[in-house]
Amino acid sequence: MEMPMTTAALEALETPPTKIVARDVNVYYGEKHAIRNLSIDVPARSVTAFIGPSGCGKSTFLRCINRMNDTIPSARVTGKIAIDGEDIHDPSLDVVQLRARVGMVFQKPNPFPKSIYENVAYGPRIHGLAPSRTDLDAIVEASLKKASLWEEVKDRLHDAGTGLSGGQQQRLCIARAIAVSPEVILMDEPCSALDPIATARIEDLIDELRENFTIVIVTHSMQQAARVSQRTAFFHLGILVEEGPTEMMFNNPTDKRTLDYITGRFG
Amino acid sequence: MSDIAVIPARHPGKAEAERRVARRYRAERRFRFYGIAAIGFAALFLVILFADILSRGIPGFFHHRVGIQVTLDPATLDIGDKRDPDALRAADYRAVIREALQALFPDVTGRAERRQLAGFVATNAGAEIARRVIAEPYIIGSKINVNLPVSAEADLYYKGKIKAGPGQQLSAETGVLLDRLRANAFVSQDFAWNFLENGASREPEQAGILAALVGSALTMLVTLLLCLPTGVAAAIYLEEFAPKNRLTDIIEVNINNLAAVPSIIFGLLGLAVFLAMFGMPRSSSLVGGLVLALLVLPTIIIASRAALKAVPPSIREAALGIGASRQQAIFHHVLPLAMPGILTGTIIGMAHALGETAPLLLIGMVAFIVDVPGGVTDAATVLPVQIYQWSTFPEAAFQAKTAAGIIVLLVFLFLMNGAAILLRKRFERRW
Repeated sequence: MEMPMTTAALEALETPPTKIVARDVNVYYGEKHAIRNLSIDVPARSVTAFIGPSGCGKSTFLRCINRMNDTIPSARVTGKIAIDGEDIHDPSLDVVQLRARVGMVFQKPNPFPKSIYENVAYGPRIHGLAPSRTDLDAIVEASLKKASLWEEVKDRLHDAGTGLSGGQQQRLCIARAIAVSPEVILMDEPCSALDPIATARIEDLIDELRENFTIVIVTHSMQQAARVSQRTAFFHLGILVEEGPTEMMFNNPTDKRTLDYITGRFG
Repeated sequence: MSDIAVIPARHPGKAEAERRVARRYRAERRFRFYGIAAIGFAALFLVILFADILSRGIPGFFHHRVGIQVTLDPATLDIGDKRDPDALRAADYRAVIREALQALFPDVTGRAERRQLAGFVATNAGAEIARRVIAEPYIIGSKINVNLPVSAEADLYYKGKIKAGPGQQLSAETGVLLDRLRANAFVSQDFAWNFLENGASREPEQAGILAALVGSALTMLVTLLLCLPTGVAAAIYLEEFAPKNRLTDIIEVNINNLAAVPSIIFGLLGLAVFLAMFGMPRSSSLVGGLVLALLVLPTIIIASRAALKAVPPSIREAALGIGASRQQAIFHHVLPLAMPGILTGTIIGMAHALGETAPLLLIGMVAFIVDVPGGVTDAATVLPVQIYQWSTFPEAAFQAKTAAGIIVLLVFLFLMNGAAILLRKRFERRW
């Protein structure tokens, strides 16, 4: 794959400050040991892609970062995950506050069965980010613009969010996530249910969002990882096999399993 | 790749394939026919049921009246010069009616026949004249035309429900007199407001459904107010918050079992606990509502849990993902989506409670309630109990009341369900 040195790639080489640090993370679902001794540093204001075959634990680890695994009764997480040096499992840290800082976009677009406006306004409202109606309107508009959805929906903000197309719904979910101005956005295969055109729009959007947010994206598409991410981590059977700048991972991986996977020999 | 070719499938010939397809279509047509037949069967019985109830019950809403001219002679009324309402209320209106009837039948002279003649007008007919006289006392002394309700027997005769003659409910002579009354005076059928305005009475022409209707409404209100919030709260806790362990399993099994407990057991429980232990007022709609709430609670909990479970987890995750607390996720997003299902369960439960008789008999709601209950602690009865009581009375006129009571019960049920369906439609906004 021919990959010219884009500005994105150059930025990645500059090693920005680290946002998320994970050390010796183990995740168990009941008896199943889903992630083994995972340690990774995720840099701020960049896109980190997690790739790997199904069931390798990449989504599981993603869900550790905003403690969504707490909602699964059988899940147990050990080890340390810190955001800006702050341990997310610290009892003094409230999980609700954590999730306001670490937004999430899911595999299947899941807008609330409410209006487009209400979808975006819900987060700011429950976190008290908008003291007045005007402020809320401004947040909704800015979020939808940031998610490059504003032009398409500005005349029908009070129509149903679920009436949008799949790609628009996913951008609405991104707008909803960024409306609470999180620091980190986790994306769990955000394009797997979308067609190539909608996917391209989301990918462009991810590239723009990189300026303001730290993005971690799980993807099954290696092309997507190559296109949008600065760093890539390869997971296999619950182990982080290899992690590094995306270009290096795709052109010159050190582990044979990575090479086999990205060249399509298994997966 | 080449393995596909060795799958040992034997392709049937064209003729056999066509036969197989034809057989499959036949099976489908047969199945559809069974379905339509089942629905037709159910619809047929529904039509028969309704036709039967309506044909028996609708006459119960009507009553025959006879138009006669009465002379309001103060002497016959036995009031002298007094014109105050108390005296007017106590006046002898029966005598006035008796005179008017005798004037219509000058040839009837026998004492027994005359008494029989007077009995053709309902016992409450005097009260109707009294009301008019109290409102307009100046009509005393003049002749006025009144339209008075006939007795229950006469009404049934005019409706053709009973016949006169040897071996019939009425003697041949009575039949002749009634026929002559119809020929000499103006006999008409009128809507029986009595039935909707009165409480229980021994006299069929005065017996009404209002006390039972109000009693049912109060009881349902108590039941709904108690079991909807409790049931939904219990369902939310069990489904969303409670840890999944042996204790919650036991609770779940017990709730399911409770839904299957015969209703009379709940009546015994109400008798022992609410009346004997807490000393609550006997046969009040408060106790009735409490007992029925116990009965309905498991149904609502089970339906609500199923409705909550059916909400896609992605909605919950979406809310949690942007930092909603668990309670916010449930109350803002999950509960509104589960509401239609919860309301369906509530409708089923309340409809069940509305038709419940046995447990209410045990807590004393069999009482003969003449006065319309004014509050939840007043002695009350409910529609099914009233219907049951009327069905045990020997008078033929009460048979029509029974069927009319069933119609009132069904209308009440339809209104209640209609309200719930409207509510559900509001929650079921399509997005």
